[in-house]
Amino acid sequence: MNRPLYMKLVRDLWRLRGQVLAIALVMASGIAVLVMSLTTVESLEETAIAYYERYGFAQVFAQVERAPEHLRDRMREIPGVRAVETRVVHTAVLDIDGFDEPVIGKLVSVPERTEARLNRLALRQGRMPRLGAPDEAVLNEPFAQSHHLEVGDKLRAVINGRWRILTVVGIALSPEYVYAIGPGALMPDDKRFGVLWMGHEALQAAFDLDGAFNDASLTLLRGTNPEGVVERVDRLLAGYGGVGAYAQADQLSNWFLMSEIAQHRKLSTILPTIFLAVAAFLLHMVMGRLIAVERSEIGLLKAFGYRNRDIALHYTRFVLGIGLVGVALGWFIGYWLGLYHTRLYAEFYHFPFLNFRPSAQSFLLAALVSLGAALIGALGAVREAAALPPAQAMQPPAPPMFRKTVLGRLGFVERLDQPTRILLRQIGRWPVRSFFTAAGIAMSVAVLVTSMQWLDAINHMVDVYFLDAQGQDLSVSFGQARSSEVVRDLARLPGVMSVEPMRSVAAKVRSGWHEEREAIQGLPANQALYRVYDAKGRALALPPEGVVISTMLAKMLGVDVGDRITVEVLEGRRPVFEVPVVETFETYIGSPAYMEIGALDRLMRERPSVTAVHLRIDSRYRDRLFRELKNTPSITAVTVREAAVQTFRDTMAQTIMIFISFFIVFACTLAFGVTYNAARISLSERGRELATLRVLGFTRAEISYILLGEVALLTFVALPLGCLIGYGLASMLVRAFETELYRVPMVILATTYGWAIAIGLAATAVSALLVRRRVDRLDLIAVLKTRE
Amino acid sequence: MGERTPTLRARGLTKVYRTGEVEVHALRGLDLVLETGELVVLLGPSGSGKSTLLNILGGLDTATGGEAWFLDHELSKLDDAGLTRYRREHVGFVFQFYNLIPSLTAVENVALVTEIARNPMAPDEALRLVGLGERLHHFPAQLSGGEQQRVAIARAIAKRPDILLCDEPTGALDSQTGILVLEAIERIHEELGTSTVLITHNAVIADMADRVLVMGDGRVHEERRNATRRPARELTW
Repeated sequence: MNRPLYMKLVRDLWRLRGQVLAIALVMASGIAVLVMSLTTVESLEETAIAYYERYGFAQVFAQVERAPEHLRDRMREIPGVRAVETRVVHTAVLDIDGFDEPVIGKLVSVPERTEARLNRLALRQGRMPRLGAPDEAVLNEPFAQSHHLEVGDKLRAVINGRWRILTVVGIALSPEYVYAIGPGALMPDDKRFGVLWMGHEALQAAFDLDGAFNDASLTLLRGTNPEGVVERVDRLLAGYGGVGAYAQADQLSNWFLMSEIAQHRKLSTILPTIFLAVAAFLLHMVMGRLIAVERSEIGLLKAFGYRNRDIALHYTRFVLGIGLVGVALGWFIGYWLGLYHTRLYAEFYHFPFLNFRPSAQSFLLAALVSLGAALIGALGAVREAAALPPAQAMQPPAPPMFRKTVLGRLGFVERLDQPTRILLRQIGRWPVRSFFTAAGIAMSVAVLVTSMQWLDAINHMVDVYFLDAQGQDLSVSFGQARSSEVVRDLARLPGVMSVEPMRSVAAKVRSGWHEEREAIQGLPANQALYRVYDAKGRALALPPEGVVISTMLAKMLGVDVGDRITVEVLEGRRPVFEVPVVETFETYIGSPAYMEIGALDRLMRERPSVTAVHLRIDSRYRDRLFRELKNTPSITAVTVREAAVQTFRDTMAQTIMIFISFFIVFACTLAFGVTYNAARISLSERGRELATLRVLGFTRAEISYILLGEVALLTFVALPLGCLIGYGLASMLVRAFETELYRVPMVILATTYGWAIAIGLAATAVSALLVRRRVDRLDLIAVLKTRE
Repeated sequence: MGERTPTLRARGLTKVYRTGEVEVHALRGLDLVLETGELVVLLGPSGSGKSTLLNILGGLDTATGGEAWFLDHELSKLDDAGLTRYRREHVGFVFQFYNLIPSLTAVENVALVTEIARNPMAPDEALRLVGLGERLHHFPAQLSGGEQQRVAIARAIAKRPDILLCDEPTGALDSQTGILVLEAIERIHEELGTSTVLITHNAVIADMADRVLVMGDGRVHEERRNATRRPARELTW
């Protein structure tokens, strides 16, 4: 490049440093969001897969009541099976010093004589349980941490009806319990649910399973379809109380983890795409206007004999100069935030290690889109200027033509003062440009609304699911169906005000070729505590026959009200029956199916039974009640609603909310970038006009009104428009986010719009203040002495 | 005339511009008196300090040293807000490049000033004074250069200023159009009695003045009084 042009480039960039930075920030926020999101998702996925492989996470799982050990060899003979491990898995009520509520422990056996082949533990501290020491246990790390339990500590457990004192000998993590979710819970709650690994032979003895097992896990040869194996295992275990084998994809922890990652992936593509598009759009606009101001210099260069090509190259470098600042900033911030987020998630999931090796792809993609948009915008303006004969380009552009508008003819204008007329005609004269400025501001407001909508949605979900629908204070669950007499026993406990039974039956539901594993839940016809609740705000009564299913399940099965579905029960006598779908209801979480409890008992051909009881209690008796419950050996879970709400909120805060808060920050940057550039470029285009007004005796405030009033007016138009677009984007996003686990409701509170508008206004105000400082320094004489 | 307070006075006025390491002495101890109702033409080569003087007298710039007075207000003591008020209430400017607001019509460009003035004339009256009564509702892009300059003059005088300051008002115009513009200035001066300072390169224009000051090197080199003023329409160049 020739030297003078190079110097011009460097000095122009320096002269415009404020704007260069504002543009670079807009660009950087688009790039950073994309890089951050993609690298986070990539790393999470890679880490999860590596974790599974390194620790031999099984691919097929099965639970039975009691099966003889020799079945292990039969399972190994199934074609495609590589390894089989049988275990004893049982829940137990734990008593931990300093914690009133009963804690549920899941006891999982590990071989004492050899190393486990599957589902190996990542031992963080201590050692594995030894043979002949039946009271040694290894604790799940998050559980140990939340109760400050360390190697050498002791805890009490009711194991098969007997109080035992267990000694912590190790602390570990397992790929099987990345998400450690207790029975009946929605979210991991490390205070109330923990996994304990104990010796296989010790647990066999404790649960009277000598020479038998109640849990099997399998790995498969590469390329084996797990479904076929699942079916063969099912057939093999059916006679031993098997409740249905399932593949890794349906394993609870993995399913949660994968759907989280999948959700993240959606979040990482949709929101950043919007960001990048908005940023690109702004760059296009800003660059075009920035170059248009250079018109006479382009004429001058041409007069000196520079070719159009040279000039285009010069401005390409100019744009790249700005662009590279933006890209570098975006990459750096994106990388750093990606690492930060991945660490955060790794901590949340308790991964024993972290693979953060982001691929170059996302970095390149983000940079290319932004630079491309900037270049196209800039070169359009360069071409326009270069197309003019040099003499004409060096002349100031002819005074723009203004014409009376319809409004003017109607006499509307007559009532306005002159500065207001200037302001309005400026907008009217360049409607496209004004539209783009307004659209830019609107888009940043829209992104704000879309990002903040999540807060509203999640609060609404909590309100509807936990507060409107559920009236119980706590729920007690049992490992196996119990006679309904237990309901009366519980009602007699201290502080219990009312009780309500529930029966959950493991089943497969089918319609045509659609099949889903979904428990059928039996409840009283009219529920007072745990209610079948439609998200639109209506409690449903259960009919004497037939099922009431969630719209999600109806969709998954492809059925509607009036259709019949087949229910294949996976426990007890394993009946298979057909029932009509009587009603459907909308729910945000899960895809449940309900039946009247008596009808369910009849179809099961069993005496009235329950698997859970919902209780309303007098809080004064809470501690006494908990003490009683801890001594009730058959209980496998106690869920306190208040705690569940808290856990749900905490989990959300740790995952999605952190992500969303960054989107909010970036949206603010966008809003600021648009308004600052719009006002700043207006100033450079209209410095002369404003200086003239100052000479005529207009005060700084008065001319700021003309300049900033234009931006303010456009902002006012943009704000409602932004809210509208935000609504559209949010409903798009909500639809894209629908998973089997939960659906984010489309709820945007007025305060959210209010905040988005306030932030939009604040961004406008800050940039107006910055530009106002420049207005104050306007050099009156220099402007007037030079020709345009 | 001598007994009254002069409209503008300056004593020992200096102005130094610092651009980087270079100091430019634009004014070097200039003294000046502008009597009320006087028409003064400032002549001088480029760089002689004419425009600097005009800018200081008009409240667009401040002096480095010395004093400048408008009636009994010392301009050098006013802050930015004070200077803005001074320009708004007392001074009318006409520039070489008309500096009209392109988005406002002729009458609106004038109204721009009358709306913020204390005792203005009606905008169309001002335009009629400069002979543009027929083109009130044209936008600048629809007017010739001379017409645009006359709109600028109408805009400058519509507030009935005490002082009219014109910096090369004919600089960008051909002679015929230039004379039309000078006629407008002359007419304003006569009908309103506005004290007027007019900067020009063109020595011919000096003939229409009461008094001519020739500047050079930041000072007044020469001062002469015309016995009779020649009407603008008789000037040729």
